[in-house]
Amino acid sequence: MNKITLRTDDTIDAIYRYERKTRLTRPLIGAEIPAGFPSPAQDYIESSLDLNELLIEHPTATFFVRVQGFSMINAGISPDDILIVDRALEPGHRKIIIAILEGELTVKRLLINDNRWFLTPENPEFSAVEISEDSDFQVWGVVTYAIHQVR
Amino acid sequence: MRQDELFALVDCNNFYAACERVFAPELEGKPIGILSNNDGIIVALSDELKQLGINRGVPLFKIKDQIRKYDIRIFSSNYTLYGDMSSRVMKILSRFTPDFEIYSIDEAFLRLSEFRHLDLTAYARKIKHVVHQWTGLPVSIGIGPTKTLAKLANHVAKRRKDLAGVFDLTDHPRKDNILASIDVKRVWGVGPQYAKLLHRNGFHNVLQLAGAPRKWIKKKMTVVGLRTVLELNGTSCIDLEQDLDPKKEIVSSKSFGQPVTELKDLQEAVNSYCIRAAQKLREEKQVTGQIMVYVTTNRFKNEPQYANYEFYKLPLPTAYTPDLLQAAARILKNIYRRGYKYKKVGVMLSEISPEVNIPPDLFTPTYLDDRRRVIMACMDAINHKMGMNKLTYAGVGTVQNWKMKREMLTPHYTTRWQDLPIVKA
Repeated sequence: MNKITLRTDDTIDAIYRYERKTRLTRPLIGAEIPAGFPSPAQDYIESSLDLNELLIEHPTATFFVRVQGFSMINAGISPDDILIVDRALEPGHRKIIIAILEGELTVKRLLINDNRWFLTPENPEFSAVEISEDSDFQVWGVVTYAIHQVR
Repeated sequence: MRQDELFALVDCNNFYAACERVFAPELEGKPIGILSNNDGIIVALSDELKQLGINRGVPLFKIKDQIRKYDIRIFSSNYTLYGDMSSRVMKILSRFTPDFEIYSIDEAFLRLSEFRHLDLTAYARKIKHVVHQWTGLPVSIGIGPTKTLAKLANHVAKRRKDLAGVFDLTDHPRKDNILASIDVKRVWGVGPQYAKLLHRNGFHNVLQLAGAPRKWIKKKMTVVGLRTVLELNGTSCIDLEQDLDPKKEIVSSKSFGQPVTELKDLQEAVNSYCIRAAQKLREEKQVTGQIMVYVTTNRFKNEPQYANYEFYKLPLPTAYTPDLLQAAARILKNIYRRGYKYKKVGVMLSEISPEVNIPPDLFTPTYLDDRRRVIMACMDAINHKMGMNKLTYAGVGTVQNWKMKREMLTPHYTTRWQDLPIVKA
């Protein structure tokens, strides 16, 4: 979590390579337009809704994981849910994160109080764990969305 | 040839092992070995495995005892995973400069000539930080005024722990000392033969090589060697390669997991390789005029040996898979001999040209103006959407005795829904 300062002259923030994106399908007006009647919708046609656009901000840093266990039920995260994890986001107070704890991937809410870090469950039957200097702990990524299949 | 360039060579540390660790954090700190195709030899190692004295290229069966003794984790190559992680790393690197070249699955050259006003070491540390945060993969970065020097700087960055994986050789006050501490064999483009030659003639370290008489170098190492020496002296002669050369030949082949004796099995394998080669052709919008098929036994076994190949010139340039399957079947019937244990079969497509260049033919519709092309486009689209070769030809067989052995494969963590990493709640 060390911030790296980049010494530039402030006019340049980042450089992006031009990416030739894959085809974006646009809806065509398929049928011939009958003469004399342009569709009133013509000027308002938009591309279809794309979940990737909605849910994924940093594709290169985004991974999907599957949940096992009940400790995050009250956060709307149930067993078998798929979580969208963005490693480009910084962890912070109240963020739900994927952490590596004792060599295992776990999902918990991060609470930071007075510089003390706690991995907290969202289920009264489970208890929080404080992260100390000697804890075998690392942040793996920040959870942005949970995909839950309703039954 | 330019004097004012700056390049960074970014490469992933122990790439295959590192990829496995991202999704299985319990592997951190453990000795890990990744196997070649067919699980034959170790091709990638974690640092901990290197420290046990095991090297790249050692056959698996030779280290069975050590595996047990040191709890070495062994995996088959999970190319799908490595390919996906590689493309993420490359896309991230492209955010830091518009000019870069993907050199291999885990290495890239970045041109930073336009960034010389920055503190490049700090910039490189930022790149390293972002790649590691976003993908979990550690990288090393070497910077220099030429690609050859950038590669050497990368080697130094890895070698010295105090550098934290980043080293800029440009205008370094102790550059000569550093170059003098590196053996010539480490220089990009100097292989074992040249290294022997150089040592024999008193050029032991990189500083000495950089000072070698140009005429002598050109004579003994050709103009390619001369370019290397010029690069060691700060003159950039090797530019970024950014346009992938359209393929001159397309080869598709693999060694068999276990020896194959039956024509039917060879045929299935050849069919698979034809399909793959034709897919590559169509990706580049090209057609082929000639196909070659070869078969060979295992040269290293004490068994009857046989190898053969045959070319077939196609009547019209094509990328229509059934044309290729037919031609390959014909060739294979000609060259196959009963009684041999085949180790490898391959398909090579040559006389490749862009599909738009097909000369029109008076008597036959060409690949361009034919429904065959439409059929191929349709198949490619379906396979692209549903997964590799979901829709394929009966001739590839369903049992596939010849398939590559990969018994210790980890899940396709990033490309299959059923293989997602599990997190405990």
